[in-house]
Amino acid sequence: MQKTTNIFIAGVGGQGILKFSDILSEVALLEGLDIKKSEVHGMSQRGGSVTSHVRFGDVVYSPLIEKGKADILVALEQIEAVRHISYLNPQKGVLIYDPLKIPPPDVNTGLRKYPENIDEILKNASNNVIRVEAFKKATELGNYRAQNTIILGIISHFLTFDDKTYEKAIEKVLPKKTIDFNIKAFYSGKELK
Amino acid sequence: MNKAFLSGDEAIARGAYEAGVKVAAAYPGTPSTEILETVSQYEEIYSEWSVNEKVALEVALGASMAGVRALYASKHVGVNVAADPLFSAAYIGSRGGLVIVTADDPGLHSSQNEQDNRNYGKSARIPVLSPSDSQEAKDFTILAFDISEMFDVPVIIRITTRIAHSKTVVSLGDRKEVEDKGYIKDVSKNLILPQFAKKRHYSLEERINKLAQFAETTPINTEIEGKDKTIGFISDGVAFQYVREAFPEAGVLKLGMSYPLPEQKIRNFVSKYKKVYIVEENDPFLEHLIKSMGLEVIGKEVIPTVDELSPDIIKQSITGYKTNLLKMDIDIPSRPPALCPGCGHRTVFYVLSRMKTIITGDIGCYTLGALPPLNAMDTCVDMGASITIAHGIDKALQKKDKRKIVGVIGDSTFFHSGITGLIDIVYNKGISTIVILDNSITAMTGHQTHPGVGEDIKGAPAPIIDIKALVHAAGVKHVWDVDAYDYKKVKDALKQATSIDEPSVVIARRPCALYIKLNNGAYVVEKDKCIGCKICVDIGCPAISFDTDTKKAYINEFLCVGCDLCAQVCPVEAIHAKNN
Ligand SMILES: Cc1ncc(C[n+]2csc(CCOP(=O)(O)OP(=O)(O)O)c2C)c(N)n1
Ligand code: SF4
Ligand code: SF4
Repeated sequence: MQKTTNIFIAGVGGQGILKFSDILSEVALLEGLDIKKSEVHGMSQRGGSVTSHVRFGDVVYSPLIEKGKADILVALEQIEAVRHISYLNPQKGVLIYDPLKIPPPDVNTGLRKYPENIDEILKNASNNVIRVEAFKKATELGNYRAQNTIILGIISHFLTFDDKTYEKAIEKVLPKKTIDFNIKAFYSGKELK
Repeated sequence: MNKAFLSGDEAIARGAYEAGVKVAAAYPGTPSTEILETVSQYEEIYSEWSVNEKVALEVALGASMAGVRALYASKHVGVNVAADPLFSAAYIGSRGGLVIVTADDPGLHSSQNEQDNRNYGKSARIPVLSPSDSQEAKDFTILAFDISEMFDVPVIIRITTRIAHSKTVVSLGDRKEVEDKGYIKDVSKNLILPQFAKKRHYSLEERINKLAQFAETTPINTEIEGKDKTIGFISDGVAFQYVREAFPEAGVLKLGMSYPLPEQKIRNFVSKYKKVYIVEENDPFLEHLIKSMGLEVIGKEVIPTVDELSPDIIKQSITGYKTNLLKMDIDIPSRPPALCPGCGHRTVFYVLSRMKTIITGDIGCYTLGALPPLNAMDTCVDMGASITIAHGIDKALQKKDKRKIVGVIGDSTFFHSGITGLIDIVYNKGISTIVILDNSITAMTGHQTHPGVGEDIKGAPAPIIDIKALVHAAGVKHVWDVDAYDYKKVKDALKQATSIDEPSVVIARRPCALYIKLNNGAYVVEKDKCIGCKICVDIGCPAISFDTDTKKAYINEFLCVGCDLCAQVCPVEAIHAKNN
């Protein structure tokens, strides 16, 4: 029986986390696996902290990932990486994070500063850390929204699925106009590692 | 077989479709909203956003009386609003199957409380089904319609956020057309005058006893045999999945039906295991029923009542299991949601935050006006309460407090339950000022239409109910109708309205910026002109930040949508459109 793979995604409302986890789920579905994914809708578009739990394998029970059990923790923003670090498997987990800074309200209003040394601390958070400036790369490619698909390219190194499956999943989930661009972003993400 | 990857909400909609439902009514509310959003895509089903939950349940009950299968859906607190018809519906029963979906929210992801609506089943004496994934959400919905017609009773399906908003794989079936039974007059059932109602109460008790028998044999109450007989579990809903995850080898009695309970089945299960734990989210609902059978089981002595459960919490509670987790020694700021850049609600709250007022709030995106830096809300109770709490405070203080009382309510909320409160104020000679934030949509729950929008749930044109005319008709003489982007007009209207000793209403209008994808082009702060006064920062727009080093404000051009509010409040005209 194949062990369940746990991928935890964290970021900020508006970063497209729910679409991201949809693509990832579609990949596992196309591979014929059982899959559960869980997230919370509602305030997600109003700039709050957003997370998604994605789990796939032969049989999946809980839709939620246990703390300390995420095989991959993806964070699309620095503070959000720290906020959810307890989900990462301390021995074997891979942390993939974008050093992007999105200031929370207290920082915006000048009540406090954006914590400074996070990037340094995250680099050494565990044995397996990948720091990727996906937002920057996506902006260079032409649209910052492809931040997610760039990271998907990196994730693909840690999973056993065929690249074609990712392409199919992107085609299935994203709007037609954006497919080619996102597939390009996926491959350029893949090269970043 | 055809498979799909569906959320619990989508699966319930699919179940309703396959079960041949003809009428569906709901008022939006997280995490239930997607049920009707999905149902509305099926042409075969008449669906509507009702004005509120009481209306929705009555519409569904009427359809059931007329002999078709009907669906109601809401979030948990919505059932409170619909509780009056719910209790009557239990007596009346169903002609066409009637299914009531309640989406509870353990963990309060987007709600004001953690109420456990299985309790409604027990109080109203109607069965409750609790699916544990999307496949079951679909299957149980179909079964619920069969039960409803077989036992002449409405059926509650109780889901929670982790069912509603988790996606799992579902096998799809075809729609089964159910023959319309037609309407017949039957006062002994449908008209609950005391003399009829007492008979229906006897009949309800009989119906619930028969349902308890049904619970003994239905396959949705299933036992998973454990190898080891030292520990067994009884569970329902998503908690069942957590138990399986945490104790994959253990014996579990899974109750697909949370009410009424299969007593024999439970006795039999409990007798086989040395220790039996009841694992359920929020209330000790199953636990109390099972303990009242005289059985010795363990529940909330160890399992938490507050907040949602998870496999790790269950393991910890039962075995004391602890694992080493990664920790980081950094004090990170929290990230609460905020009103969007360009949100028209911001102007009203900014003005109110600078006035000496008592501000009674309500529920919607605009509740975010309560958070810093606006801090412009004193109370939030339930939908519609901004108006009535204001009136209560007004009558208690009798003008002994100099502060004016202002109730702030959204347009969808005003239709839902605000209008009655406003009539109450006029009738009972109150003097509160009510602000209606009209953004022409129900934004908080993901942008659903309402009676003020001009579109129905399917996007077809619909009559617009004119809020201003409604307010006038309620007898309010002092009414202002202002553009929410016009800072000065909003300020003047609020000043004038609060200076009158009679009921007054300010309608502040602007379409929801997120919904219409507003983009007027970004604004900039001219560094040389900026005096670092932070006034623009105090409006709480996520696009504006204050640089504590340079002591200047700056605007993030990715986020700014160009609503102009910051430019209007800046005292030195340092802010303007970038392309100007
Ligand atoms: C009884 C009840 N039903 C539904 C909800 C969910 N809900 C909260 S606010 C809201 C409506 C918000 O719309 P509106 O008043 O127009 O304000 P907006 O979010 O657009 O600013 C809804 C449906 C609730 N909290 N309580
Ligand atoms: S979704 Fe609309 S109403 Fe809600 S905060 Fe954003 S702009 Fe305002
Ligand atoms: S114009 Fe000012 S207030 Fe409006 S969105 Fe842009 S920064 Fe925010």
